[in-house]
Amino acid sequence: MPSSDAPLLEVTDLATHYGPIQAIHSVSLEVHPGELVAIVGANGAGKTTLLRTLSGVQPASGGTIHFDGEEITRLPAHRIVARGICQVPEGRQVFAPLSVEDNLRLGGYSQRRDGDWVAQKIAEVYALFPILHEKRGQLAGNLSGGQQQMLAIGRALLGRPRLLLLDEPSMGLAPLLVEEIFRVVRELHEAGTTVLLVEQNANAALQIADRGYVLETGKVVTSAPAAALLEDETVRKAYLGH
Amino acid sequence: MLDQILQFLITGVTVGSTYALVGLGFAIIYNASGVVNFAQGEFVMIGAMSAVWLLAVGMPFPLALLGAVAITTCVGLALNKFAIEPARGATVITTIIITIGAAIFLRGAALLLWGKDIFALPHFSGEETLYFGSATLLPQNLWVMGVTAVLVIAVRWFFDRTLTGKAILACACNKDAARLMGINVGLMLLVSYGMSAFLGAVAGILVAPIAFTSYDAGIMLGLKGFSAAILGGMGSSMGAVAGGLLLGILESLGAGLISSGYKDAMAFTVVLLVLIMRPSGLFGRKAADRV
Ligand SMILES: Nc1ncnc2c1ncn2[C@@H]1O[C@H](COP(=O)(O)OP(=O)(O)O)[C@@H](O)[C@H]1O
Ligand SMILES: [Mg+2]
Repeated sequence: MPSSDAPLLEVTDLATHYGPIQAIHSVSLEVHPGELVAIVGANGAGKTTLLRTLSGVQPASGGTIHFDGEEITRLPAHRIVARGICQVPEGRQVFAPLSVEDNLRLGGYSQRRDGDWVAQKIAEVYALFPILHEKRGQLAGNLSGGQQQMLAIGRALLGRPRLLLLDEPSMGLAPLLVEEIFRVVRELHEAGTTVLLVEQNANAALQIADRGYVLETGKVVTSAPAAALLEDETVRKAYLGH
Repeated sequence: MLDQILQFLITGVTVGSTYALVGLGFAIIYNASGVVNFAQGEFVMIGAMSAVWLLAVGMPFPLALLGAVAITTCVGLALNKFAIEPARGATVITTIIITIGAAIFLRGAALLLWGKDIFALPHFSGEETLYFGSATLLPQNLWVMGVTAVLVIAVRWFFDRTLTGKAILACACNKDAARLMGINVGLMLLVSYGMSAFLGAVAGILVAPIAFTSYDAGIMLGLKGFSAAILGGMGSSMGAVAGGLLLGILESLGAGLISSGYKDAMAFTVVLLVLIMRPSGLFGRKAADRV
Protein backbone atom coordinates (compact mmCIF):
# COMPACT_ATOMS: atom_id res chain seq x y z
CA MET A 1 0.00 0.00 0.00
CA PRO A 2 1.86 3.06 -1.27
CA SER A 3 0.49 5.52 1.29
CA SER A 4 3.82 7.07 2.14
CA ASP A 5 3.60 9.41 -0.90
CA ALA A 6 2.00 12.83 -0.70
CA PRO A 7 -1.79 12.45 -0.76
CA LEU A 8 -3.53 12.72 -4.12
CA LEU A 9 -6.67 13.97 -2.42
CA GLU A 10 -6.57 15.86 0.85
CA VAL A 11 -9.81 17.04 2.44
CA THR A 12 -9.53 19.29 5.49
CA ASP A 13 -12.39 20.36 7.79
CA LEU A 14 -14.90 20.21 4.95
CA ALA A 15 -18.42 21.50 5.59
CA THR A 16 -21.46 21.41 3.28
CA HIS A 17 -24.90 22.90 3.84
CA TYR A 18 -28.30 22.47 2.23
CA GLY A 19 -29.75 25.85 3.07
CA PRO A 20 -29.63 26.04 6.86
CA ILE A 21 -29.09 22.29 7.27
CA GLN A 22 -25.51 21.14 7.61
CA ALA A 23 -24.96 17.76 5.94
CA ILE A 24 -21.15 17.52 6.25
CA HIS A 25 -19.38 18.54 9.48
CA SER A 26 -15.68 19.14 9.51
CA VAL A 27 -14.74 16.07 7.47
CA SER A 28 -11.02 15.44 6.94
CA LEU A 29 -9.68 12.59 4.87
CA GLU A 30 -6.85 11.59 2.54
CA VAL A 31 -6.49 9.35 -0.46
CA HIS A 32 -2.98 8.43 -1.57
CA PRO A 33 -1.99 7.53 -5.13
CA GLY A 34 -2.91 3.96 -5.95
CA GLU A 35 -5.11 3.46 -2.91
CA LEU A 36 -8.65 2.13 -2.79
CA VAL A 37 -10.37 3.93 0.08
CA ALA A 38 -13.88 3.06 1.19
CA ILE A 39 -16.33 5.39 2.93
CA VAL A 40 -19.07 3.45 4.66
CA GLY A 41 -22.06 4.71 6.54
CA ALA A 42 -25.81 4.37 6.88
CA ASN A 43 -28.39 5.90 4.60
CA GLY A 44 -28.40 9.68 5.10
CA ALA A 45 -24.91 9.81 6.64
CA GLY A 46 -23.76 12.30 4.01
CA LYS A 47 -21.77 10.04 1.68
CA THR A 48 -23.37 11.32 -1.51
CA THR A 49 -23.13 14.91 -0.35
CA LEU A 50 -19.43 14.43 0.34
CA LEU A 51 -18.73 13.05 -3.15
CA ARG A 52 -20.83 15.76 -4.79
CA THR A 53 -18.84 18.38 -2.90
CA LEU A 54 -15.56 16.81 -4.02
CA SER A 55 -16.75 16.95 -7.64
CA GLY A 56 -17.87 20.55 -7.29
CA VAL A 57 -21.54 20.00 -8.11
CA GLN A 58 -22.41 20.92 -4.51
CA PRO A 59 -20.67 23.97 -3.05
CA ALA A 60 -18.52 23.57 0.07
CA SER A 61 -19.42 25.96 2.88
CA GLY A 62 -16.15 25.54 4.75
CA GLY A 63 -12.80 23.78 4.74
CA THR A 64 -10.56 22.93 1.82
CA ILE A 65 -10.07 20.25 -0.83
CA HIS A 66 -6.61 19.79 -2.33
CA PHE A 67 -5.98 17.57 -5.34
CA ASP A 68 -2.43 16.73 -6.28
CA GLY A 69 -1.24 19.54 -4.03
CA GLU A 70 -3.47 22.25 -5.53
CA GLU A 71 -6.58 23.70 -3.97
CA ILE A 72 -9.75 22.88 -5.92
CA THR A 73 -12.37 23.77 -3.29
CA ARG A 74 -14.08 26.52 -5.29
CA LEU A 75 -13.41 25.31 -8.83
CA PRO A 76 -16.42 24.74 -11.08
CA ALA A 77 -17.25 21.08 -11.70
CA HIS A 78 -15.98 20.98 -15.28
CA ARG A 79 -12.53 22.16 -14.19
CA ILE A 80 -12.38 19.54 -11.48
CA VAL A 81 -13.22 16.84 -14.03
CA ALA A 82 -10.53 18.23 -16.34
CA ARG A 83 -8.02 17.72 -13.53
CA GLY A 84 -8.94 14.06 -13.35
CA ILE A 85 -11.60 13.58 -10.66
CA CYS A 86 -14.33 11.51 -12.31
CA GLN A 87 -17.48 10.32 -10.60
CA VAL A 88 -19.88 7.43 -11.02
CA PRO A 89 -22.92 9.07 -9.41
CA GLU A 90 -25.45 7.44 -7.14
CA GLY A 91 -28.26 5.76 -9.08
CA ARG A 92 -26.08 5.61 -12.25
CA GLN A 93 -27.67 8.70 -13.88
CA VAL A 94 -26.91 7.64 -17.43
CA PHE A 95 -28.29 9.87 -20.19
CA ALA A 96 -31.38 7.78 -20.85
CA PRO A 97 -32.49 9.24 -24.20
CA LEU A 98 -29.00 8.92 -25.71
CA SER A 99 -27.34 5.78 -27.04
CA VAL A 100 -24.82 3.73 -25.07
CA GLU A 101 -22.02 4.92 -27.33
CA ASP A 102 -23.07 8.57 -27.03
CA ASN A 103 -23.01 8.18 -23.24
CA LEU A 104 -19.42 6.97 -23.48
CA ARG A 105 -18.48 9.79 -25.86
CA LEU A 106 -19.93 12.30 -23.42
CA GLY A 107 -17.92 10.63 -20.67
CA GLY A 108 -14.91 11.59 -22.79
CA TYR A 109 -16.07 15.20 -23.12
CA SER A 110 -13.15 16.50 -21.06
CA GLN A 111 -10.77 14.55 -23.34
CA ARG A 112 -12.44 15.71 -26.58
CA ARG A 113 -9.23 17.22 -27.93
CA ASP A 114 -7.67 13.76 -27.91
CA GLY A 115 -9.96 11.83 -30.26
CA ASP A 116 -7.59 8.89 -30.69
CA TRP A 117 -7.35 8.34 -26.96
CA VAL A 118 -11.16 8.48 -26.61
CA ALA A 119 -11.67 5.98 -29.44
CA GLN A 120 -9.13 3.61 -27.92
CA LYS A 121 -10.62 3.96 -24.44
CA ILE A 122 -14.13 3.26 -25.75
CA ALA A 123 -12.75 0.05 -27.26
CA GLU A 124 -11.18 -0.82 -23.87
CA VAL A 125 -14.49 -0.21 -22.07
CA TYR A 126 -16.22 -2.50 -24.59
CA ALA A 127 -13.60 -5.15 -23.85
CA LEU A 128 -14.22 -4.71 -20.11
CA PHE A 129 -18.02 -4.87 -20.54
CA PRO A 130 -18.80 -6.80 -23.76
CA ILE A 131 -22.54 -6.36 -23.21
CA LEU A 132 -22.11 -2.60 -23.75
CA HIS A 133 -20.53 -3.30 -27.13
CA GLU A 134 -23.46 -5.51 -28.03
CA LYS A 135 -25.91 -2.76 -27.05
CA ARG A 136 -23.86 0.22 -28.19
CA GLY A 137 -26.61 1.54 -30.49
CA GLN A 138 -29.42 1.19 -27.96
CA LEU A 139 -30.77 3.95 -25.75
CA ALA A 140 -29.15 3.90 -22.32
CA GLY A 141 -32.60 4.13 -20.76
CA ASN A 142 -33.45 0.70 -22.16
CA LEU A 143 -30.57 -1.07 -20.40
CA SER A 144 -31.05 -3.13 -17.24
CA GLY A 145 -29.86 -1.70 -13.92
CA GLY A 146 -26.64 -3.69 -13.99
CA GLN A 147 -25.87 -2.69 -17.56
CA GLN A 148 -26.54 0.95 -16.70
CA GLN A 149 -24.09 0.64 -13.82
CA MET A 150 -21.46 -0.74 -16.20
CA LEU A 151 -22.18 2.15 -18.54
CA ALA A 152 -21.86 4.66 -15.70
CA ILE A 153 -18.48 3.18 -14.76
CA GLY A 154 -17.34 3.09 -18.39
CA ARG A 155 -18.47 6.67 -18.87
CA ALA A 156 -16.39 7.79 -15.88
CA LEU A 157 -13.34 5.90 -17.21
CA LEU A 158 -13.62 7.93 -20.43
CA GLY A 159 -12.85 11.03 -18.35
CA ARG A 160 -9.30 9.67 -17.82
CA PRO A 161 -9.64 9.54 -14.02
CA ARG A 162 -6.65 10.06 -11.78
CA LEU A 163 -9.14 9.63 -8.95
CA LEU A 164 -12.31 7.62 -9.50
CA LEU A 165 -15.25 8.38 -7.19
CA LEU A 166 -17.89 5.66 -6.98
CA ASP A 167 -21.19 6.32 -5.20
CA GLU A 168 -22.91 3.07 -4.19
CA PRO A 169 -22.23 1.15 -7.39
CA SER A 170 -23.93 -1.94 -5.95
CA MET A 171 -27.19 -0.19 -5.10
CA GLY A 172 -30.26 -2.05 -6.26
CA LEU A 173 -28.37 -4.80 -8.08
CA ALA A 174 -28.84 -8.57 -7.83
CA PRO A 175 -26.08 -10.35 -5.82
CA LEU A 176 -24.36 -11.78 -8.90
CA LEU A 177 -24.13 -8.35 -10.48
CA VAL A 178 -22.88 -6.83 -7.24
CA GLU A 179 -20.06 -9.38 -7.33
CA GLU A 180 -19.31 -8.51 -10.95
CA ILE A 181 -19.21 -4.77 -10.22
CA PHE A 182 -16.92 -5.22 -7.22
CA ARG A 183 -14.66 -7.47 -9.27
CA VAL A 184 -14.33 -4.71 -11.87
CA VAL A 185 -13.62 -2.08 -9.21
CA ARG A 186 -10.92 -4.31 -7.73
CA GLU A 187 -9.39 -4.86 -11.18
CA LEU A 188 -9.35 -1.14 -11.89
CA HIS A 189 -7.61 -0.61 -8.57
CA GLU A 190 -5.10 -3.37 -9.28
CA ALA A 191 -4.39 -1.78 -12.66
CA GLY A 192 -3.33 1.35 -10.79
CA THR A 193 -6.44 3.55 -10.61
CA THR A 194 -6.90 5.46 -7.36
CA VAL A 195 -10.43 4.86 -6.09
CA LEU A 196 -12.67 6.44 -3.46
CA LEU A 197 -15.60 4.08 -3.01
CA VAL A 198 -18.76 5.00 -1.10
CA GLU A 199 -20.98 2.11 0.01
CA GLN A 200 -23.80 1.12 2.31
CA ASN A 201 -22.69 -2.42 1.55
CA ALA A 202 -19.84 -2.00 4.03
CA ASN A 203 -18.75 -5.61 4.04
CA ALA A 204 -18.18 -5.85 0.29
CA ALA A 205 -16.53 -2.45 0.15
CA LEU A 206 -14.11 -3.11 3.01
CA GLN A 207 -13.20 -6.52 1.54
CA ILE A 208 -11.58 -4.83 -1.46
CA ALA A 209 -10.43 -1.57 0.18
CA ASP A 210 -7.02 -0.65 1.58
CA ARG A 211 -8.42 1.77 4.13
CA GLY A 212 -11.84 2.87 5.28
CA TYR A 213 -13.63 5.78 6.88
CA VAL A 214 -16.91 5.47 8.77
CA LEU A 215 -19.27 8.41 8.28
CA GLU A 216 -22.12 9.10 10.73
CA THR A 217 -24.48 12.08 10.42
CA GLY A 218 -21.95 14.02 8.38
CA LYS A 219 -18.91 13.31 10.60
CA VAL A 220 -16.01 10.89 10.30
CA VAL A 221 -16.25 8.71 13.41
CA THR A 222 -13.56 6.11 12.62
CA SER A 223 -10.80 5.63 10.14
CA ALA A 224 -8.52 2.63 9.91
CA PRO A 225 -7.10 0.04 7.54
CA ALA A 226 -9.99 -1.86 5.99
CA ALA A 227 -8.96 -5.16 7.60
CA ALA A 228 -9.07 -3.51 11.04
CA LEU A 229 -12.53 -2.06 10.40
CA LEU A 230 -13.79 -5.49 9.37
CA GLU A 231 -12.60 -6.78 12.78
CA ASP A 232 -13.82 -3.77 14.78
CA GLU A 233 -16.59 -4.72 17.20
CA THR A 234 -18.67 -1.50 16.93
CA VAL A 235 -18.29 -1.29 13.17
CA ARG A 236 -19.37 -4.90 12.79
CA LYS A 237 -22.44 -4.36 14.95
CA ALA A 238 -23.48 -1.14 13.19
CA TYR A 239 -22.62 -1.81 9.57
CA LEU A 240 -21.83 -5.44 8.98
CA GLY A 241 -24.83 -6.88 10.78
CA HIS A 242 -22.95 -9.37 12.93
CA MET B 1 -60.33 24.77 -56.75
CA LEU B 2 -57.27 22.53 -56.72
CA ASP B 3 -55.19 25.37 -58.13
CA GLN B 4 -56.44 27.58 -55.36
CA ILE B 5 -55.48 25.01 -52.76
CA LEU B 6 -52.02 24.74 -54.28
CA GLN B 7 -51.74 28.51 -53.97
CA PHE B 8 -52.78 28.40 -50.31
CA LEU B 9 -50.28 25.64 -49.67
CA ILE B 10 -47.44 27.74 -51.10
CA THR B 11 -48.39 30.66 -48.88
CA GLY B 12 -48.88 28.33 -45.95
CA VAL B 13 -45.51 26.64 -46.27
CA THR B 14 -43.80 30.02 -46.58
CA VAL B 15 -45.40 31.45 -43.46
CA GLY B 16 -45.08 28.07 -41.77
CA SER B 17 -41.33 28.06 -42.43
CA THR B 18 -40.89 31.17 -40.32
CA TYR B 19 -43.04 29.66 -37.58
CA ALA B 20 -40.88 26.56 -37.84
CA LEU B 21 -37.67 28.55 -37.30
CA VAL B 22 -39.15 30.43 -34.36
CA GLY B 23 -40.55 27.19 -32.93
CA LEU B 24 -37.15 25.55 -33.32
CA GLY B 25 -35.67 28.39 -31.28
CA PHE B 26 -38.22 27.76 -28.53
CA ALA B 27 -37.49 24.02 -28.59
CA ILE B 28 -33.72 24.43 -28.35
CA ILE B 29 -33.83 26.56 -25.21
CA TYR B 30 -36.63 24.47 -23.72
CA ASN B 31 -34.60 21.35 -24.39
CA ALA B 32 -31.48 22.71 -22.77
CA SER B 33 -33.11 24.20 -19.68
CA GLY B 34 -36.83 23.49 -19.43
CA VAL B 35 -37.48 27.20 -19.88
CA VAL B 36 -39.93 28.67 -22.40
CA ASN B 37 -38.15 31.79 -23.63
CA PHE B 38 -40.84 34.36 -24.26
CA ALA B 39 -38.28 36.74 -25.74
CA GLN B 40 -38.00 34.44 -28.77
CA GLY B 41 -40.43 36.57 -30.82
CA GLU B 42 -38.34 39.66 -30.05
CA PHE B 43 -35.32 38.00 -31.68
CA VAL B 44 -37.40 37.81 -34.87
CA MET B 45 -38.33 41.48 -34.61
CA ILE B 46 -34.77 42.60 -33.80
CA GLY B 47 -33.42 40.64 -36.75
CA ALA B 48 -35.78 42.33 -39.19
CA MET B 49 -35.66 45.81 -37.64
CA SER B 50 -31.89 45.96 -37.37
CA ALA B 51 -31.57 44.81 -40.99
CA VAL B 52 -33.87 47.67 -42.01
CA TRP B 53 -31.82 50.06 -39.89
CA LEU B 54 -28.42 48.90 -41.21
CA LEU B 55 -29.71 49.33 -44.78
CA ALA B 56 -31.00 52.78 -43.95
CA VAL B 57 -27.61 53.88 -42.63
CA GLY B 58 -26.09 52.82 -45.94
CA MET B 59 -24.73 49.34 -45.48
CA PRO B 60 -24.74 47.12 -48.61
CA PHE B 61 -27.65 44.64 -48.64
CA PRO B 62 -25.88 41.34 -47.91
CA LEU B 63 -23.74 42.93 -45.20
CA ALA B 64 -26.78 44.49 -43.58
CA LEU B 65 -28.45 41.08 -43.38
CA LEU B 66 -25.35 39.45 -41.89
CA GLY B 67 -24.92 42.36 -39.50
CA ALA B 68 -28.54 42.05 -38.36
CA VAL B 69 -28.10 38.35 -37.67
CA ALA B 70 -24.91 39.11 -35.72
CA ILE B 71 -26.59 41.86 -33.67
CA THR B 72 -29.52 39.61 -32.81
CA THR B 73 -27.26 36.71 -31.86
CA CYS B 74 -25.40 39.07 -29.52
CA VAL B 75 -28.72 40.15 -28.00
CA GLY B 76 -29.50 36.47 -27.38
CA LEU B 77 -26.10 35.88 -25.76
CA ALA B 78 -26.53 39.03 -23.66
CA LEU B 79 -29.99 37.95 -22.57
CA ASN B 80 -28.47 34.74 -21.27
CA LYS B 81 -25.43 36.39 -19.72
CA PHE B 82 -27.11 39.32 -17.98
CA ALA B 83 -30.67 38.14 -17.28
CA ILE B 84 -30.79 34.33 -17.21
CA GLU B 85 -27.41 33.31 -15.85
CA PRO B 86 -27.39 35.65 -12.82
CA ALA B 87 -30.65 33.95 -11.76
CA ARG B 88 -29.36 30.42 -12.33
CA GLY B 89 -30.58 29.13 -8.98
CA ALA B 90 -34.11 30.30 -9.74
CA THR B 91 -37.04 28.01 -10.56
CA VAL B 92 -38.15 27.45 -14.15
CA ILE B 93 -41.23 29.62 -13.58
CA THR B 94 -39.13 32.53 -12.29
CA THR B 95 -36.84 32.21 -15.29
CA ILE B 96 -39.82 32.24 -17.66
CA ILE B 97 -41.04 35.43 -16.01
CA ILE B 98 -37.57 36.91 -16.50
CA THR B 99 -37.84 36.15 -20.23
CA ILE B 100 -41.24 37.90 -20.34
CA GLY B 101 -39.66 40.93 -18.70
CA ALA B 102 -36.79 40.80 -21.16
CA ALA B 103 -39.28 40.69 -24.06
CA ILE B 104 -41.03 43.81 -22.80
CA PHE B 105 -37.69 45.54 -22.35
CA LEU B 106 -36.49 44.64 -25.86
CA ARG B 107 -39.76 45.79 -27.41
CA GLY B 108 -39.49 49.08 -25.51
CA ALA B 109 -35.89 49.55 -26.65
CA ALA B 110 -36.94 48.91 -30.27
CA LEU B 111 -39.75 51.47 -29.94
CA LEU B 112 -37.29 54.07 -28.64
CA LEU B 113 -34.69 53.34 -31.30
CA TRP B 114 -36.85 52.86 -34.36
CA GLY B 115 -40.27 54.35 -33.60
CA LYS B 116 -43.70 52.97 -34.39
CA ASP B 117 -43.44 52.87 -38.18
CA ILE B 118 -43.95 49.75 -40.23
CA PHE B 119 -40.99 48.76 -42.41
CA ALA B 120 -40.27 46.29 -45.17
CA LEU B 121 -37.00 44.90 -46.43
CA PRO B 122 -36.42 44.73 -50.19
CA HIS B 123 -36.97 41.31 -51.72
CA PHE B 124 -33.70 39.37 -51.89
CA SER B 125 -33.82 38.71 -55.62
CA GLY B 126 -36.53 40.74 -57.27
CA GLU B 127 -40.30 40.53 -57.31
CA GLU B 128 -40.85 38.85 -60.65
CA THR B 129 -43.69 36.37 -60.30
CA LEU B 130 -42.84 32.74 -60.91
CA TYR B 131 -45.38 30.20 -62.09
CA PHE B 132 -45.78 26.83 -60.51
CA GLY B 133 -48.53 25.13 -62.49
CA SER B 134 -51.30 27.65 -62.28
CA ALA B 135 -50.18 28.91 -58.88
CA THR B 136 -47.83 31.85 -58.52
CA LEU B 137 -45.03 32.56 -56.13
CA LEU B 138 -42.33 35.14 -55.58
CA PRO B 139 -38.60 34.44 -55.47
CA GLN B 140 -38.78 35.46 -51.80
CA ASN B 141 -41.06 32.46 -51.10
CA LEU B 142 -38.29 30.23 -52.39
CA TRP B 143 -35.73 32.04 -50.26
CA VAL B 144 -37.85 31.49 -47.15
CA MET B 145 -38.41 27.79 -47.84
CA GLY B 146 -34.87 27.10 -49.01
CA VAL B 147 -33.04 28.81 -46.17
CA THR B 148 -35.40 27.24 -43.64
CA ALA B 149 -34.74 23.78 -45.07
CA VAL B 150 -30.97 24.32 -44.88
CA LEU B 151 -31.14 25.58 -41.29
CA VAL B 152 -33.41 22.75 -40.15
CA ILE B 153 -30.99 20.21 -41.60
CA ALA B 154 -28.06 22.02 -40.00
CA VAL B 155 -29.72 22.03 -36.57
CA ARG B 156 -30.58 18.37 -36.91
CA TRP B 157 -27.00 17.59 -37.89
CA PHE B 158 -25.67 19.61 -34.93
CA PHE B 159 -27.68 17.64 -32.38
CA ASP B 160 -27.24 14.25 -34.07
CA ARG B 161 -23.61 14.39 -35.05
CA THR B 162 -21.57 16.79 -32.94
CA LEU B 163 -20.29 16.29 -29.40
CA THR B 164 -21.36 19.82 -28.45
CA GLY B 165 -24.88 19.03 -29.66
CA LYS B 166 -24.94 15.85 -27.58
CA ALA B 167 -23.57 17.77 -24.61
CA ILE B 168 -26.51 20.19 -24.82
CA LEU B 169 -28.89 17.22 -24.90
CA ALA B 170 -27.07 15.78 -21.87
CA CYS B 171 -27.61 19.05 -19.96
CA ALA B 172 -31.30 18.85 -20.77
CA CYS B 173 -31.48 15.27 -19.61
CA ASN B 174 -29.50 15.48 -16.35
CA LYS B 175 -27.70 18.68 -15.49
CA ASP B 176 -25.66 17.27 -12.60
CA ALA B 177 -24.56 14.21 -14.52
CA ALA B 178 -23.57 16.50 -17.40
CA ARG B 179 -21.41 18.54 -15.02
CA LEU B 180 -19.82 15.34 -13.76
CA MET B 181 -18.77 14.62 -17.38
CA GLY B 182 -16.89 17.91 -17.42
CA ILE B 183 -19.54 19.71 -19.48
CA ASN B 184 -19.74 23.43 -18.75
CA VAL B 185 -23.51 23.63 -18.38
CA GLY B 186 -23.56 27.44 -18.32
CA LEU B 187 -21.65 27.59 -21.60
CA MET B 188 -24.03 25.10 -23.24
CA LEU B 189 -26.97 27.26 -22.21
CA LEU B 190 -25.21 30.29 -23.68
CA VAL B 191 -24.76 28.41 -26.96
CA SER B 192 -28.47 27.51 -26.93
CA TYR B 193 -29.52 31.13 -26.50
CA GLY B 194 -27.15 32.19 -29.26
CA MET B 195 -28.53 29.54 -31.62
CA SER B 196 -32.14 30.44 -30.84
CA ALA B 197 -31.50 34.13 -31.41
CA PHE B 198 -29.70 33.31 -34.66
CA LEU B 199 -32.65 31.25 -35.93
CA GLY B 200 -35.14 33.94 -34.86
CA ALA B 201 -33.16 36.64 -36.64
CA VAL B 202 -32.99 34.65 -39.86
CA ALA B 203 -36.74 34.00 -39.71
CA GLY B 204 -37.43 37.69 -39.20
CA ILE B 205 -35.18 38.77 -42.06
CA LEU B 206 -36.51 36.15 -44.47
CA VAL B 207 -40.11 37.12 -43.99
CA ALA B 208 -39.70 40.91 -43.65
CA PRO B 209 -39.90 41.55 -47.43
CA ILE B 210 -43.31 39.80 -47.58
CA ALA B 211 -44.83 40.38 -44.17
CA PHE B 212 -43.35 43.73 -43.05
CA THR B 213 -42.05 44.43 -39.59
CA SER B 214 -42.45 46.87 -36.73
CA TYR B 215 -41.28 47.17 -33.12
CA ASP B 216 -44.17 44.96 -31.96
CA ALA B 217 -44.03 42.35 -34.73
CA GLY B 218 -42.37 39.91 -32.34
CA ILE B 219 -45.50 39.39 -30.24
CA MET B 220 -47.55 37.59 -32.88
CA LEU B 221 -44.59 35.75 -34.43
CA GLY B 222 -43.47 34.63 -30.97
CA LEU B 223 -46.94 33.38 -30.18
CA LYS B 224 -47.12 31.48 -33.47
CA GLY B 225 -43.68 29.97 -32.98
CA PHE B 226 -44.63 28.96 -29.46
CA SER B 227 -47.82 27.35 -30.80
CA ALA B 228 -45.71 25.52 -33.38
CA ALA B 229 -43.42 24.21 -30.65
CA ILE B 230 -46.21 22.95 -28.41
CA LEU B 231 -48.15 21.62 -31.39
CA GLY B 232 -45.16 19.51 -32.34
CA GLY B 233 -44.44 18.55 -28.73
CA MET B 234 -42.31 20.93 -26.68
CA GLY B 235 -38.72 19.80 -26.68
CA SER B 236 -38.92 17.84 -29.92
CA SER B 237 -37.06 20.08 -32.34
CA MET B 238 -38.26 18.35 -35.49
CA GLY B 239 -41.75 18.36 -33.96
CA ALA B 240 -41.53 22.15 -33.76
CA VAL B 241 -40.65 22.28 -37.45
CA ALA B 242 -43.59 20.06 -38.39
CA GLY B 243 -45.83 22.06 -36.06
CA GLY B 244 -44.77 25.32 -37.70
CA LEU B 245 -45.46 24.07 -41.21
CA LEU B 246 -48.80 22.64 -40.15
CA LEU B 247 -49.79 25.87 -38.45
CA GLY B 248 -48.83 27.93 -41.50
CA ILE B 249 -50.80 25.68 -43.85
CA LEU B 250 -53.87 25.67 -41.58
CA GLU B 251 -53.82 29.42 -41.36
CA SER B 252 -53.51 29.89 -45.06
CA LEU B 253 -56.22 27.35 -45.89
CA GLY B 254 -58.47 28.88 -43.22
CA ALA B 255 -57.91 32.39 -44.49
CA GLY B 256 -58.47 31.38 -48.10
CA LEU B 257 -61.36 28.98 -47.77
CA ILE B 258 -63.25 30.47 -44.85
CA SER B 259 -62.33 34.02 -43.87
CA SER B 260 -59.06 35.86 -43.46
CA GLY B 261 -60.44 37.67 -40.44
CA TYR B 262 -60.45 34.44 -38.48
CA LYS B 263 -57.09 33.01 -39.55
CA ASP B 264 -55.30 33.55 -36.22
CA ALA B 265 -58.31 32.42 -34.20
CA MET B 266 -58.63 29.27 -36.30
CA ALA B 267 -54.99 28.38 -36.01
CA PHE B 268 -55.06 28.75 -32.25
CA THR B 269 -58.29 26.74 -32.06
CA VAL B 270 -56.64 23.87 -33.86
CA VAL B 271 -53.68 24.04 -31.47
CA LEU B 272 -56.06 23.90 -28.50
CA LEU B 273 -57.95 20.95 -29.97
CA VAL B 274 -54.75 19.02 -30.61
CA LEU B 275 -53.53 19.71 -27.09
CA ILE B 276 -56.82 18.63 -25.55
CA MET B 277 -56.60 15.32 -27.41
CA ARG B 278 -52.81 14.89 -27.15
CA PRO B 279 -51.41 16.99 -24.30
CA SER B 280 -47.84 16.06 -25.20
CA GLY B 281 -48.24 17.42 -28.74
CA LEU B 282 -48.20 15.60 -32.05
CA PHE B 283 -44.62 14.34 -31.84
CA GLY B 284 -43.80 14.78 -28.15
CA ARG B 285 -43.10 11.93 -25.82
CA LYS B 286 -45.21 11.69 -22.71
CA ALA B 287 -43.77 13.75 -19.87
CA ALA B 288 -42.97 10.59 -17.92
CA ASP B 289 -40.79 9.19 -20.70
CA ARG B 290 -38.60 12.21 -20.74
CA VAL B 291 -37.31 11.88 -17.18
N1 LIG C 1 -30.96 18.15 -1.95
C1 LIG C 1 -31.02 18.08 -0.60
N2 LIG C 1 -31.64 19.05 0.11
C2 LIG C 1 -31.70 19.01 1.45
N3 LIG C 1 -31.16 18.02 2.20
C3 LIG C 1 -30.53 17.02 1.55
C4 LIG C 1 -30.42 17.00 0.13
N4 LIG C 1 -29.73 15.90 -0.24
C5 LIG C 1 -29.43 15.26 0.92
N5 LIG C 1 -29.90 15.94 2.00
C6 LIG C 1 -29.72 15.55 3.40
O1 LIG C 1 -28.35 15.48 3.66
C7 LIG C 1 -28.07 14.36 4.48
C8 LIG C 1 -27.04 13.50 3.79
O2 LIG C 1 -27.62 12.90 2.65
P1 LIG C 1 -26.78 12.04 1.60
O3 LIG C 1 -25.53 12.76 1.32
O4 LIG C 1 -27.66 11.72 0.45
O5 LIG C 1 -26.48 10.74 2.44
P2 LIG C 1 -26.05 9.29 1.99
O6 LIG C 1 -25.53 9.38 0.59
O7 LIG C 1 -25.02 8.89 2.96
O8 LIG C 1 -27.26 8.43 2.06
C9 LIG C 1 -29.39 13.64 4.72
O9 LIG C 1 -29.86 14.06 5.98
C10 LIG C 1 -30.28 14.16 3.64
O10 LIG C 1 -31.61 14.22 4.08
MG1 LIG D 1 -26.13 8.35 -1.03
